[in-house]
Amino acid sequence: MMNLLQTVISRPSGALGLGLTLFHVLMALFAPWIAPYDPTMQNADAILLAPSFEHWMGTDTLGRDVFSRVLHGGRLAIAVTFSAAVIATLWGGFAGIFFGTVGGRVDEFSMRIVDAFLSMPWLLFLLLIISIGGAGPVTIIPTLGFFYGVAILRVVRGAAMQVAARDFVTAAKARGERLWPVIAREVFPNLSDILLVEGAMRWSWMLLAFSSLSFLGFGATPPTPDWGLMVAQERGLLSTAPWGVFWPCFALSSLIIGINLLADAIGKALGLDRATAIAV
Amino acid sequence: MTKSLINIEDLSVGFIAKGGLPTPVLRQVSLELVAGETLGIVGESGSGKSTVALAMMGYLKPGLSLFGGRAVFDGNDMFALSEKKRAKLRGSSIALIPQNAGQALTPTLTIGDQIDEALQLHTDLSGAERAAKVVELLNRVRLPEPAEIAKRYPHELSGGQQQRAAVAMALAGNAKALLLDEPTTGLDVTTQAHILEFLRELAREMGVAMVYVSHDMGVIARVADRVAVMYSGEIVEEGPTRRVLREPRHEYTKNLLAAIPRLDAPNKRPNLRPDAQQTLKLDDVAISYHKPGLLDRLLRRPAKRPNVEHVSLGLKRGQTIGLVGESGSGKSTILRAIAGLVEAQGGEIALAGDQALTAPVGRRDRETLRRVQMIFQNADASLNPRQTIGEILEAPLRLYYGKKGKQAEGKAAELLGAVRLPAEYLRRFPSQLSGGEKQRVGIARAFAANPEVTLCDEITSALDVSVQATALELLSRLQQENGSSYVFVSHDLAVVRAVSDWVAVLYQGRLCEVGPVEKVYANPFHPYTRLLMGAVLRPDPDAVPEILNEVDLKVQECGYSKLWAEIDMERTKSKQPLQHDLGDGHVVYFNMSPESVAQMRVKGRDPAAGSNSVPRSSADRVLEPAE
Repeated sequence: MMNLLQTVISRPSGALGLGLTLFHVLMALFAPWIAPYDPTMQNADAILLAPSFEHWMGTDTLGRDVFSRVLHGGRLAIAVTFSAAVIATLWGGFAGIFFGTVGGRVDEFSMRIVDAFLSMPWLLFLLLIISIGGAGPVTIIPTLGFFYGVAILRVVRGAAMQVAARDFVTAAKARGERLWPVIAREVFPNLSDILLVEGAMRWSWMLLAFSSLSFLGFGATPPTPDWGLMVAQERGLLSTAPWGVFWPCFALSSLIIGINLLADAIGKALGLDRATAIAV
Repeated sequence: MTKSLINIEDLSVGFIAKGGLPTPVLRQVSLELVAGETLGIVGESGSGKSTVALAMMGYLKPGLSLFGGRAVFDGNDMFALSEKKRAKLRGSSIALIPQNAGQALTPTLTIGDQIDEALQLHTDLSGAERAAKVVELLNRVRLPEPAEIAKRYPHELSGGQQQRAAVAMALAGNAKALLLDEPTTGLDVTTQAHILEFLRELAREMGVAMVYVSHDMGVIARVADRVAVMYSGEIVEEGPTRRVLREPRHEYTKNLLAAIPRLDAPNKRPNLRPDAQQTLKLDDVAISYHKPGLLDRLLRRPAKRPNVEHVSLGLKRGQTIGLVGESGSGKSTILRAIAGLVEAQGGEIALAGDQALTAPVGRRDRETLRRVQMIFQNADASLNPRQTIGEILEAPLRLYYGKKGKQAEGKAAELLGAVRLPAEYLRRFPSQLSGGEKQRVGIARAFAANPEVTLCDEITSALDVSVQATALELLSRLQQENGSSYVFVSHDLAVVRAVSDWVAVLYQGRLCEVGPVEKVYANPFHPYTRLLMGAVLRPDPDAVPEILNEVDLKVQECGYSKLWAEIDMERTKSKQPLQHDLGDGHVVYFNMSPESVAQMRVKGRDPAAGSNSVPRSSADRVLEPAE
C-alpha cells in the first residue's frame, strides 16, 4: 500500500491528483471551522459585492459570502457521491466477477438485462425516480449507486472473463474447488486493482451527475450551499457578477480533474491500462 | 579470403538499470559471416541470441542501447547510418523472418498484395512484371499453385505455408541475408523438417547468407554451416557445426549437448512390472467439443466427427504413458477429459476400483478428484500471481485433507523440499521465481494431493533443455517415491522416450499405435509413427531426417483422413475396431494383411532387426484394402 502511494506520487500528475482530491475532502470536512461567514446568512447590505479582502470571492444575490458557500458546497456532493460510488463498486464489482467467472447461459442472460439498463437515458430515469421518491440523499444514493454499478459490472465482468480463462483458475476447477472459493481466492485478488480504479472513475462522474441534478433543482435544496445549486441560482448574472458562477464551477471541476488524475495514476502504478480496463 | 557480408565487432549492448547501473545484455560479441553461409546462433532463453540477430540489422529492442562496438552489414555500419538509409537496407538487402510468420503477415491483405508491396518498395518493375514476379517468388518457395496462393489471405494458409510466404516476401527485395528468429519453433515436427530442407536448398540455390537463431540443437545441426553458442550475453564457443557438435570444447556446450534427450537413447527406466495394479483405463473414449444446437437438431444435421474417438488405453501403477502427436491430434483433449474439464461423450474412463471418471469435475466427489491431478504446460499461467507460493500449495491441502494454519504450512514446506526448493520460497510470489522454479511449484502442487494419476500437459515445452532435464529427473524420482502413474503429453518424441514406459501415437483424434516405448521406438509400424519419428531432428550434423523419403511424402500428400475413412468402412463391416496385436501390448490401428502382422510379430521379438529393416513399402498399403 505504501509502495502504491509512492509510485502514485512519483508522477507529477499523480501527485497533483492526490493533492487536489485530498484538498477538497479536507476542505469539506473542516469547512465549518475555516469559513469566515455562515454560508446561509443573508446580508442585504452586501449584495453582489466584487471579490475583496472582506469577501475573497465576493457575495451573491442574497448577500451571502461566496467563499464560505464554496467551502461548504462540496460537503453534500462529496458525501452523497462517495457513498454511491462505494455501493456501485461493491454491487457492480461483485456481480461482474460472479457473471464473468460463471459464464455460460446465466452470464449471457444477465448481460442482456445489463444492456437494457445501459441503453436507458440515465438522467431522465434519475429524474423520474427522484420525482417519485423525493430529492433526499436516501433516494439519490441508491439510485446513483445502482445505475453506475451497472456500468462497473460490465467492465469488471469483461476482466473477470479473462482471468477465469487463465490456467490457475482451470487448475482450481480441476482440483474441485467450488464456485465461491474460486471467486474469492483466485479471481477477485486479480481484479481488486480494476475495482479500485473503476470506483474512483465512477465517483468523479457521479459528482458531475449530482451537480447536474442540483442544477436542475432535483439534488440539493435551497438554502443548502451546493456547487450545482449555486451555479443555477447565479447563472442569470454571469455577465455582471461572474464570481457567483465561476468559483463553484472551479471547485467542482478541480475536484473532478483531481479524482481523474488520481485514478489514472493508480491505474498506471498498478499496471492497468484504463483504455481497456484490463491488466497488461 | 572472401569479404565478409556481416561483421560484428566487439558489440556490447545493454540497458541502464534502476539506479543508473549499466547492465549488459551482450558483452563484446564478435561474429563474421560471408555470403552464402549459414550461421546458427544457439542458446537458452535470455542468452542474447535474438539481440545479436536484430543488431545485425541495426535494431535494438526498446530499452536497450549500444554500449560499444560495431555491426557492419555489406560495408555499412548499421548503427552509424541514418534512420532512413537503415530502413532502406532492412527489407531489401537484409530481412527478418520472425518466429510467428502468421502474426507478421498483414491479415487484411492477400499474400500476393503483400509481396507486391515489397516489390514496389524495393524494385522499379511495372505492374504486370510485378504480378509475374509474385508468382515466380511463390514458386521459388515451393508453394503449390502459386497463382492461387497469391489470392489467398494469410489465415487461409497453414503455419508452414505462412512461413514460406514470409520467406518469399523477404526474397522480393533481393535479400543478401536472411535473419531467421526461431522460424520453426511453433510448427509441428513434420512441417519443421520440410521448412528446414527448403531453407537449405534456398541457401544453396540463391547464395543467400542466413543467420538462424534457435534454442534447438537439432535444428541448428540440420541447417547451419557454422554455429555460435551463446550463454548470458557472450559467445562461449564458435566453429564449424560438425566440430562443435562432435567435439564441444567449452564446458557449457558439453553440458548443453548432454542435456538434450536423444530419440535413439534407450530408455533407462526400470522394467515393467506386469503384476502392477491397473490405475487408469480408457475404453473406446469419444470426446467432442461440438454440441449440436437447436437448429442442428431441427434440421437433423448429421453429427460432426468427434475431436477424439475410439481411444482405448490402460495404465498401471507407477508407470508412465506418453501421448504423442502433432497439434490437433487430440492428446491434450484426452488429458482434459481424464481431468474432467471436458466431458467424454462416449466410452468409459475409470480409475482403479472401477471408479468412473466419465463425470465432469463438478460431479466428482472429493476423493475421486484427489486421485487425479494435473500439471500445466505454462507454469507461469497456472500459478495465481496474487498468491504466495505458500497459499498456492496450501489450497489442495485444505481442500483434500482439511489442513489449515501451521499444519498446512509445515506440509507445504515439506512439499517444497521434495521439489528441491527452500522453505523460504513459501512467502514469495510467482513473479519472483524463474521458469523452472515455477514449474517445480506446479509439480509440488499436484503432489500435495498424493495423486494416483498425474496428468502432465507438455510440462517441459516452455523450459530450456538444461532446466527440462532437472524437471524430468524430479518427476521420475517423485514417481518412484509415490508410485503415481503419469499420463505424459508431449510433442517431443525424445522426451517421451526418456520418461515413458508406454507410448500412444495419435493422429487427428485417433490412436495409430500403442505399445511399450522400446518396442514402438525400435520398431514403429504405423506409417504415421514412422513419419513422425523420421522427422525428428537430432543434434547430429550427419543425421538426415527421413522425411525426404518419397513414400512418406506420398502418404502425407494423400492424407490420413482418407486412411481413417477406410478404417471406418472396415469397422462397420466387421463391427469391431481394426486393430492388430503385435504382442506384448504393441497394438497397431491400421489396415494390414495377416501376413505382415505375422512378420511384424516375429520382428517384434527380435530387437536386433532394428527399425531400418521395416519394409518402407508398407506405407503403400495405406490405400490397399485389408484382406
